Amino acid sequence: MKYLEEYRDADLSKRLLNAIKKITTKNWTIMEVCGGQTHSIVKFGIDELLPGEITLVHGPGCPVCVTPLEQIDKAIEIASKQDVIFCSFGDMLRVPGSEKDLLTVKADDGNVKIVYSPLDALKIAKDNQDKEVVFFAVGFETTAPANAMAVYQAHDQNIKNFSVLTSHVLVPPAIEAILSSENNRVQAFLAAGHVCTIMGFEEYEPIVKKYNAPIVVTGFEPVDILQGIYMCVKQLEEGRAESENAYSRVVSQKGNESAKNIIREVFKVVPRKWRGIGEIPRSGLGLCDKYKEYDAERKFGMVDYTKDESTKCISGLILQGVKKPSECSVFGIECTPEHPLGATMVSSEGACAAYYRYRDIKKNV
Amino acid sequence: MCLAVPGKIISISGDEPLTKIAKVDFAGIRKDVSIAYVPEAKVGDYVIVHVGFALSVIDEKEANEVFEYLKEFDELDELERKEKNTE
Repeated sequence: MKYLEEYRDADLSKRLLNAIKKITTKNWTIMEVCGGQTHSIVKFGIDELLPGEITLVHGPGCPVCVTPLEQIDKAIEIASKQDVIFCSFGDMLRVPGSEKDLLTVKADDGNVKIVYSPLDALKIAKDNQDKEVVFFAVGFETTAPANAMAVYQAHDQNIKNFSVLTSHVLVPPAIEAILSSENNRVQAFLAAGHVCTIMGFEEYEPIVKKYNAPIVVTGFEPVDILQGIYMCVKQLEEGRAESENAYSRVVSQKGNESAKNIIREVFKVVPRKWRGIGEIPRSGLGLCDKYKEYDAERKFGMVDYTKDESTKCISGLILQGVKKPSECSVFGIECTPEHPLGATMVSSEGACAAYYRYRDIKKNV
Repeated sequence: MCLAVPGKIISISGDEPLTKIAKVDFAGIRKDVSIAYVPEAKVGDYVIVHVGFALSVIDEKEANEVFEYLKEFDELDELERKEKNTE
């Protein structure tokens, strides 16, 4: 497949690995932000092929993983209501809430539908005027324009039986939270390539300057990731700290202006709780006042519900790059993809799911 | 959820910019995709698609850049080899 397979080429990957080995003289710790990058790294064994001086740390760029427990509980409560059709991206269905997950609600006769696009949920609302249709609007900046478009069109077409349960998160505040934390070991970042197709990478400049940490916009295929790592290591070895672009075939410095415009039209920046991490100020998106009738939390009276998280699952430490999934005492034993304790095992982009699927870590049964 | 896939635009329909739809081919699988955010996209372009929306047109020149980059490594390697042989 064009623009995919060329970037999985083994020979090119080997040459990039050799180039990285040549320039590495010191120990460096680099974080890949996006869960999709984590999966590629673990699947293709990139972390095991890099020189020993380079440590890759898995970041919190998995929107499914960081959706707070209380949002899952709200989703389950809404989805369990009689006249509701609850629509969601597929990978949210098995994220555990306080007592169960959306898949259980679906199995118990709840009207839960998996959709590919938020516009599919809007269509369901138009086709089912006697029902309340709620869409679980989860995601980073990559998904925000799509979710915004559904709300924008609902408002434009005066569709009243549609609302969104929002759980949007932003990348730059998470990077800052990691860099400013006491135990931080991360020295450079592979920025999430698809987030940057929307936002560009101008907003990383102040972070790069403040923390003297290189940030390289990176794609998702092995050649892309190795190129991003090469550029990070080159900067670190040369004592530079800049924002660079290793995914220029789809990312420009300013990003996608029409997408950014609609995000600004429909959403505003709000504080957001991150599962396993806690609240990060100005790290989320919520609906603007103009679109408040499309806020499912208001519609169903759930704005004030909060829930604290359990301590068994260490996904928070994994999302911050402090621990690896293999260091979790319940990994592969009590916590598996079939019976996940936390979101990092459920999500197709979660670090724990990646390790379980692609690494031969001894599991005691 | 940052999973986005490259596909080729086969056809475009619709007049309104916000509701324009493209038929996109992903190695044989075809899906309708909103091109509201890539108004410049034309038939034959490759786009990167996420949850039913095209987010960016793939720049062919930039796409080939990494291969040019690696050619430079090859040339450097060649130079080093030559220097070693003359020592």
